[in-house]
Amino acid sequence: MVSAMIIDAADNVGVAIESIKKGDTISYLDMTKKQVDIKAAEDISIYHKFALCNIPQGQPVVKYGQHIGVAAADIKQGEHVHEHNVKSVRENLG
Amino acid sequence: MNFYGYKRPDGRFGIRNHVLILPASVCASDTTRIISQQVKGTVTFNNQNGCSQVPPDQQLTMDVMAGFAANPNIYGTVVVSLGCENCQMDLVVEAIKERTNKPLQQVVIQEAGGTVKAIEKAVRYAKIMVQDASMVQREECDISKLIVGTECGGSDPTSGLAANPVVGELSDCLVDLGATSILSETTEFIGAEHILAKRGKNEEVKQRILEIVHRYEKALRLVGEEVRDGNPSPGNKAGGLTTLEEKSLGCIHKGGHRPIDAVYDYAKQVTDTGLVIMDTPGNDPSSVAAMVAGGAQIVVFTTGRGTPTGNPIVPVIKITGNKLTYANMEDNIDFDASPVIYGTKTMNELGQELFEMVMETVNGKMTKAESLGYMEIAIARVCNYV
Repeated sequence: MVSAMIIDAADNVGVAIESIKKGDTISYLDMTKKQVDIKAAEDISIYHKFALCNIPQGQPVVKYGQHIGVAAADIKQGEHVHEHNVKSVRENLG
Repeated sequence: MNFYGYKRPDGRFGIRNHVLILPASVCASDTTRIISQQVKGTVTFNNQNGCSQVPPDQQLTMDVMAGFAANPNIYGTVVVSLGCENCQMDLVVEAIKERTNKPLQQVVIQEAGGTVKAIEKAVRYAKIMVQDASMVQREECDISKLIVGTECGGSDPTSGLAANPVVGELSDCLVDLGATSILSETTEFIGAEHILAKRGKNEEVKQRILEIVHRYEKALRLVGEEVRDGNPSPGNKAGGLTTLEEKSLGCIHKGGHRPIDAVYDYAKQVTDTGLVIMDTPGNDPSSVAAMVAGGAQIVVFTTGRGTPTGNPIVPVIKITGNKLTYANMEDNIDFDASPVIYGTKTMNELGQELFEMVMETVNGKMTKAESLGYMEIAIARVCNYV
């Protein structure tokens, strides 16, 4: 069963659409509608974010195809992505 | 496409037919509450301002008061002032007359001889006005006369995934039919202003979009504060929103995909059709108040966490993309947009369903917030009272 979704092909985080437990398989459809399964490294509350791939500290966290912040620590695939490991950065956008 | 509205002498069309008992300041607000309780068909609100304000602050209050009186959902207005406040009766009346020629009466509490005499005078004015208002029948008018405000409050990640994009579909649909859609909440453009600016119809609009964002950030820095200090809110974070940028990128979906035709300052009267932006705070009641003052007859309000909010002058339709919130607060939420997340309905289908709900409400059906009597408002402020 699909339990998560991604919004944009450039994203490195997905969104849980059901509550996911540590060790569960997170299933989502990629941009070509192909199902992708990854393992949840932690509990992920419904509608919270998780890492689609490893995100090294200092790298942008991307959702909607846009930067929503930078990784404040190394984030591993399947980990919960939230305040504890992302910091907000005001970029000069114009 | 047409809707059924109440034609006003200034050429605009209301979708409700209230008489407004308008407090010119905080010192008249209890009096207007008592007057409104006495006369069926009237509405009022608690005006916290109207006195001891620096000029730019007083201007915001004046624009909201004049805009409320001019809002087409209002048949006529009884202004009540204390008498000594900064928002003097003649200033308020002049500001209203600049926007509309609808019925207007005035009562000054100090001149009338205190509470009881002022209330008696105002109740008599209001009584006649609601009787006159009751004679106005709805008539068919073109949808180009409709202004819809859009707002999000108590956002969570579903706001950006479902509720706001569905409102965006609605906005596109309204714009294509010749109506007006207002995108608001400048603080929630931060981090997404480059995307909005690209959609400005010309260079001037593009620059204005960037300017209102930078102006807002600068205003907060003048008092040593950052917008991030209160945004995202604890509820936003509990729902799963991490940064202001993430919240903003979800927020701007309410504006759909059409070019942005104009940018208005807080509570100024909207005269363009199409998609427009109004410079308002992320604070919901004060943002809604500004769009209502701008002439919006109805507001569509998305929420992730759930809110009961309404408005005394316009119906507020509430919509959530969070299936748990819809189940939890169905008494308050009018529309469930969550099926788009679970693939049981498309964005386009939900946009059409929301459009139908909006038109039903425009033509007279009460929203849940109206049926429950929700009437809170707030007015944006520049700085502390003096």
